[in-house]
Amino acid sequence: MDVLLLSRLQFAVATFFHFIFVPLTLGLSIIIAIMETKYVRSGDEEYKRMAKFWGKLFLINFALGVVTGITLEFQFGTNWSRYSAYVGDIFGSLLAVEATAAFFLESTFIAVWVFGWERISKKLHMVTIWLVALAANLSAFWIIMANGFMQHPVGYVMRNGRAELDDFFAVITNPFAWHQFVHTLFGSWMASGFFVLGVSAYHLMKKNEVAFFKKSFNIGLVFALVFSVLVATQGHFHGNEVSERQPTKLAAMESHWETQTNAPFCILTIPKLNNEGNYVETMCIPSLLSLLAFNDPGAEVVGLNDFPKEDRPPVLLTFLSFRLMIALGMLFPLLAILAWYWRNKLPEKQWFGRLLIYAIPLPIIALEAGWALAEVGRQPWIVWGIMRTSEAVSPVATSQVATSLVAIILLYTFLGIIDIFLLKRVAQRGPATQQPAQAHKE
Amino acid sequence: MLETTWFILWGVLWALYFVLDGFDLGIGILMPFLGKTERDRRVMYNAQGPFWDANEVWLITAGGVTFAAFPGTYAVMFSSLYTPLMLLLFALILRGVTFEFRHMDENSKWKKLWDSCMVGGSFVAALLLGVAFANIFMGIPIDAEGVNQGTLLTLLNPYGLAGGVVFVLVFCLHGSLWLSVKAHGELEQRARKVARALWFVVAIGAVAFLFLSAVFTNLYANYLANPLLFAIPLAAVAGLILARMAMGQDKYWLAFLWSGLFIVGVAFFGIAGIYPALLPSSLDPAYSMTIANSSSSTLTLQIMLGVTLVMVPIVLLYQLWVYRTFSFKLEHDDDLYY
Repeated sequence: MDVLLLSRLQFAVATFFHFIFVPLTLGLSIIIAIMETKYVRSGDEEYKRMAKFWGKLFLINFALGVVTGITLEFQFGTNWSRYSAYVGDIFGSLLAVEATAAFFLESTFIAVWVFGWERISKKLHMVTIWLVALAANLSAFWIIMANGFMQHPVGYVMRNGRAELDDFFAVITNPFAWHQFVHTLFGSWMASGFFVLGVSAYHLMKKNEVAFFKKSFNIGLVFALVFSVLVATQGHFHGNEVSERQPTKLAAMESHWETQTNAPFCILTIPKLNNEGNYVETMCIPSLLSLLAFNDPGAEVVGLNDFPKEDRPPVLLTFLSFRLMIALGMLFPLLAILAWYWRNKLPEKQWFGRLLIYAIPLPIIALEAGWALAEVGRQPWIVWGIMRTSEAVSPVATSQVATSLVAIILLYTFLGIIDIFLLKRVAQRGPATQQPAQAHKE
Repeated sequence: MLETTWFILWGVLWALYFVLDGFDLGIGILMPFLGKTERDRRVMYNAQGPFWDANEVWLITAGGVTFAAFPGTYAVMFSSLYTPLMLLLFALILRGVTFEFRHMDENSKWKKLWDSCMVGGSFVAALLLGVAFANIFMGIPIDAEGVNQGTLLTLLNPYGLAGGVVFVLVFCLHGSLWLSVKAHGELEQRARKVARALWFVVAIGAVAFLFLSAVFTNLYANYLANPLLFAIPLAAVAGLILARMAMGQDKYWLAFLWSGLFIVGVAFFGIAGIYPALLPSSLDPAYSMTIANSSSSTLTLQIMLGVTLVMVPIVLLYQLWVYRTFSFKLEHDDDLYY
């Protein structure tokens, strides 16, 4: 394997691992802020216990999200130095803004939230968790604006042999990036909703702390219901944007080879492994692909055969990521509606409660598939139409990258196992066993 | 002018990172020496508790600003220092997760595992930062293409290692001072004792480092050309002496602040010496990454300057508030979260 492939694998490992934790951070922070607001408004201690219990799960997540985030910033320099030098003018500045404007806020005030229960006023304490929620989501904004530039570069000029910033406003109002941002945000909030639903269902089935978990369940339910519908709806429009801007990605998503009008959507498609056509295409619905991609049943969809081979993304991975995301995306509103329908019947509907528990990781998997689609589907470009991934890699020794890749995989596996074990334990124990010393002093 | 402003800001951000993360890395390194009982160790974790995470963001910001303002330097620096940076990263990751993981179980093996991650992670991070920056002060064998011709062993030269040792010692002193502020009773006394002993070692180390810099680096060229710059190492020396005086008066808060000035002085001693390069080449000065050949476009530098001049003071203000709010002594078990 060469430096390019190793670096791509390393970046994939680092991103995917980081992104297990980020979605929960984005949504859970808001959910906890809502709980604490209810506590401050009503004085009901139960809501304070809720904020603390879900906060504990949040913190386990947050810790890994933070430490694995540093890896990503480092890697642009260590593994993708040619890229960094070429587009750092724009990309680097977005990362720097993220750190100064959002990440500081998040990291500072999450600590105040943890340590400040007895040290600052109730209201100020509530403000700190809202600041954390705001900052976490603001962080996502800057990062996705940076990624959006890679997908659909705007606001730059080619000068001095690199991409230089020409219009900052264009970069942060990039419509493509905004679609991505909203899609990621809705997906993450939905994932947090399902997380709360699943954990609450576990306790409700056992009739443990029923009032506590009933309230939690209902908050999670609102998030799961609202955002599973919104993410799917908005996803369609995001798809239109992709079809318009990234025709090779669209064709790879669908494993669509021949250019045609009234392009059909085939329910069963099996792409060939060698990136050259499909083994199977069956149960095709005429015009559906044209309709989905361009909102016009007669629209022409360009096939991969009309693009030079070196400009095509890896079809199989792009196609499978897309199908997985879509399949799961259709399942979530259904699950959420059932959860709403049976919201008062969980002890009786044991099978459904279990289903909700098993559903906890599914939104994360859908989100990961979405990222794979966005990133793999963009290949062979690192910045769409401007720079190829193969030109972006650092001039470093293969052995260095191979060693660090193995080390990262080992370290992340170790941390991942511990994290899941701890999350599971804290979630199963419920709020009763929280440190009593911390509980009340005011 | 804009480039020079950014060069100074770049230095300020790295210096602030050393000051802020310096003390918690130091407390981590001192854990086997000062943390006699489980309660001592808990106090040592909680002394860092409300701060370490935000402190580490200064590293992300320093890195991010290098990326934004000097992408050329960022690219060459981070790829040239590939292996040490990866090791630094692993050290910081293991150290960082320790805070959340360690207190999740009462099993003593579990605690030991994370304690060693804390100690090892803190030590390796401090050492590598020192090695990396000493090598930057000295110059790295980067060729005309910006490719490092050296290996990890090239970095472990006498001056680089001296830099590593100095960073470890300085951070330990800084950490023991903060622990003197935060801890109570016996641990506080032990921290003070260690701080006083470390002060001598650091003073000797600092003098030796100044001397070694004359032997191994060209840092003094800028100083001789512009003697006003000698104010920087003098400020460092003053910080160190004032820290000792404050310790003599039992004002450990003040000693901690003076120690911070000392660290800023040490960092700027090197940073002022390498100007206008951010990453000097030891092969040929023409290959160095400088403010002229590695900076961003004027528009980016202007926008980033606006963002930084607005945001960094705000960040400093709220972080100052956090330090004030959480500078109380850890006397009660209720205050021990970890």
